[in-house]
Amino acid sequence: MKTRIFVTLKGGVLDPQGKAIHHALDGLGFQGVNDVRAGKLIELDLADDVSDAQIEDMCRKLLANTVIENYKIEKGA
Amino acid sequence: MKTAVIVFPGSNCDRDLAVAIETITGTAPVMLWHGETELPAGLGLIALPGGFSYGDYLRSGAMSARSSIMRAVVDAAGRGVPVLGICNGFQVLTEAGLLPGALMRNAGINFVCRDVALTVDNSQSIFTSRYDAGEAITIPVAHHDGNYFADDATLDRIEGEGRVAFRYAEAVNGSARNIAGVISDGGNVLGMMPHPERMIEAAHGGDDGRRLFEGLLEAVA
Repeated sequence: MKTRIFVTLKGGVLDPQGKAIHHALDGLGFQGVNDVRAGKLIELDLADDVSDAQIEDMCRKLLANTVIENYKIEKGA
Repeated sequence: MKTAVIVFPGSNCDRDLAVAIETITGTAPVMLWHGETELPAGLGLIALPGGFSYGDYLRSGAMSARSSIMRAVVDAAGRGVPVLGICNGFQVLTEAGLLPGALMRNAGINFVCRDVALTVDNSQSIFTSRYDAGEAITIPVAHHDGNYFADDATLDRIEGEGRVAFRYAEAVNGSARNIAGVISDGGNVLGMMPHPERMIEAAHGGDDGRRLFEGLLEAVA
């Protein structure tokens, strides 16, 4: 089963990478970009018997650093 | 006195750190590969070097913090064995949960590689006893992810407990409250982004880093 983990910086945390992307979009002449935040997408191919609790555990123990990041789990087909 | 330097794949300051320790103690540290599972008995100091372990994959220090040797380092730190993490070593210590906070991408995006002015915030620790509180020193930095972040409650707590060892005395990387080095609640773990091992003799351009090793290695002898 494919599961996607979206890792994003928490709200108050400065994102210099997002700022650089924003700046580059401005430089290319794109209008109306209010803000840019960059994150990570991690795709897991999991056996069917991996529980939700185990996926949560993977996120907390390695995939996200919860001091600075949030994560969202999206279970696919 | 027995000391150890942990070597991760992608460490690049392990030799410099070993030279600094040997210069001051007269005895070379044991170099321990990250895949080891046990530490030698009777270690007086465990040192984690700078570098770009695992290519900074996922987050700086994230993969190294989960290596098998780090389980032994966390156990040893819990027993009070002194642990010093420099640069990538600091990132590994925060990822391993031995120190609070996280090291983020520098606020100015650029890699910063130069000598910087620091202030010694706490001269009462085993790491800083040879410095005076408030003393200005110069130590080089070389990092991309040195922007120290922790929530305000954590920052208030570590400041209140005297656990900020060093602060930047100039704008370097956007670190919260200019924090350059943090000590654990037990007092036996220090993580810092600047490289004291690169400033231990006049030929390095200065020796402001030397007293960190002298004081520490005397304290644990």
